[in-house]
Amino acid sequence: MMAYIVRRVWQMIPTLLGVILLVFVIFNMVGGDPAYVLAGKISNQEQIDNIRKQLGVDQPFYVQLGIFVKQVVTGDFGASWSTNERISSILGTRLGPSLMVLVPLLIIETLLAIAFALAVAYVRGSLTDRAVMIVCTAGMSVSILVYIIVFQYWLAYKLGWFPVQGWGNNFFENLFVYASLPILIGLVVSIAPNLRLYRTFILDEINQDYVRTARAKGLSDNRIMWTHVLRNASIPIITHVMAGLPGLLIGAFLIERFFSIPGIGREVILAVERSDFPVVKAITIYVAVATMIVNLLADLMYKAVDPRVQLK
Amino acid sequence: MSAITMPVREHEVSPGLWALAWRRLRADKVGMVSLAAAAFFFLMMVASAAGLIAKDWAKEIGANYAPPTWFKDDVAPAGAAPGAPEVKAQDDPGVAAAHGGDTKAEESSVVDPLADVLKEVRSEAAKAAPTETAARLDTLPLGADKWGRDVLKKVIKGSETSIFVGLASAVVAVFLGTLLGAVAGFYGKWVDDFLNWFYNIFTSIPYLLLILAIAAVLNKKGMMTIILILGLTGWTGTFRLIRGEYLKHKQREYVRAADAIGASNTRRMFVHIFPNVSHVVLVQLSILVVAFIKSEVILSFLGFGVPVDVVSWGSMLNEAQSEMILGKWWQLAAAGTTMAILVTAFSLFTDALRDALDPKLK
Repeated sequence: MMAYIVRRVWQMIPTLLGVILLVFVIFNMVGGDPAYVLAGKISNQEQIDNIRKQLGVDQPFYVQLGIFVKQVVTGDFGASWSTNERISSILGTRLGPSLMVLVPLLIIETLLAIAFALAVAYVRGSLTDRAVMIVCTAGMSVSILVYIIVFQYWLAYKLGWFPVQGWGNNFFENLFVYASLPILIGLVVSIAPNLRLYRTFILDEINQDYVRTARAKGLSDNRIMWTHVLRNASIPIITHVMAGLPGLLIGAFLIERFFSIPGIGREVILAVERSDFPVVKAITIYVAVATMIVNLLADLMYKAVDPRVQLK
Repeated sequence: MSAITMPVREHEVSPGLWALAWRRLRADKVGMVSLAAAAFFFLMMVASAAGLIAKDWAKEIGANYAPPTWFKDDVAPAGAAPGAPEVKAQDDPGVAAAHGGDTKAEESSVVDPLADVLKEVRSEAAKAAPTETAARLDTLPLGADKWGRDVLKKVIKGSETSIFVGLASAVVAVFLGTLLGAVAGFYGKWVDDFLNWFYNIFTSIPYLLLILAIAAVLNKKGMMTIILILGLTGWTGTFRLIRGEYLKHKQREYVRAADAIGASNTRRMFVHIFPNVSHVVLVQLSILVVAFIKSEVILSFLGFGVPVDVVSWGSMLNEAQSEMILGKWWQLAAAGTTMAILVTAFSLFTDALRDALDPKLK
């Protein structure tokens, strides 16, 4: 087990190097000299020269790449070009609000989608099943933008059930007042596709022989669905949930932007709008690392769920 | 088992893959209806691109925020003269900041790169306005936007942009994915290792983050840019599938037979194997069209997509965001519904296509 983890971490290194190279090519070679970008936002020529020197723009490419690799290894990406805030402190303060929306969203959404999928799969082929599938398909086709605009206008602005936007300082206030409408919208948007997907996973299992055996033994339908079928269907479900995890952090950026939640996603958009390259670079690298770690975790979870899986 | 005698019928050609698939697709009612709907959108795109319809979408023919015709009894028109109070309120940053635009206040410290373009667009609009003041309509079929432009025409023009971007970038992405996947699967060894490394890099960065990073760097708006961004980042799924197919097919007898008679690598890859995996390519293409239309809408909404003088569903939704607060919902409804219809039709068609091409599935 330990040897497996060590080997997997070892295998991450070439991928990480590739990510560094890709980000470097995008920002240093396609992007060109940052002086052009900075000229618009920093009037002080000395400051620009300083940043150019830090990045090593006047040096050959391998020196610049070396500087970037050193930044990644030490985790010190310097300061934002726009606000001059340290990037480590930007990320540290933005992660909390993002997680406060995403963790409850992920938990509630996964549980609800699995429960609904089991229920719908249980009555497969019936009118209920078909009606739910049609509603899901129609719901999925509406842009997330439309959901956010309409929900924000209707529930927050018109009816006043939620604050229109904003973020407080108190943990409970944030979770129950400010984060609730964003979570609700996230649920509405994500349950439909997941429900459809999990339903097919469950339907793949429901016709297997072991289900018939369990039924012949006289087990209750509840026990068959929740224990036998769910355990077997959980392998593709874990893959799906884990694969979507890093994207979720970024994917919530529209919600964070609309509701002025000071999270990572909103930070990305602000940084892109302001051409604040160090911030975008740092977030890209961190999210790529997170993705690799999550993939490893997913493989370890298969092992926990399915003893037949051999880690090699 | 070998003793089965089949009645040999000569001169009868068995139908090929595509003929069979078309036959199965025709039997699928949902598939045919969605195909018709998608084809309708496609024709609309062509007609609009050719200038047959919605050519004058930018003309301000209605009153500002003229309501939809069937709705006009409930709402009085928002004021027939240009520069009505609503328009002023609209431009007031305070109102916008109160709603969605949290970036408004922060942006003020940053130079707005679009300020000049916007000014130009507005001044042109202002020049055009006085001559038309007399003939402004109180109501339009789907209403009018802030400047009195016909929402129906805007939706048609926006469909043209969004569908074209979706189609073109899907073609780029599928072409790249197929080419790289074919090379990786066919040659194997270090070529496969190298391309898989490439694949791992692109998949470890979330898709939208990669798009935004490239958009940040290019800082150039235009249809070509957005098509390239989406196409160059979206090839990974196709690559994985096509690589698997080539791994499977290169061992098959027909490919080895082609090798034995001296067919070159390229010939085996693209003349012998490719027709046998082309159904995967087609399904991938239609999946990606929908995905890219959605991405384009989000990018344009955020202002990283099409230029300001081009209308797309995303830019319409962006305008609709601040219109909602004034209760002018028709542009949102028009863009949202049109997009939903196309996406539903195309997704259903993709499912039908997959079923028709691969009857073993299901």
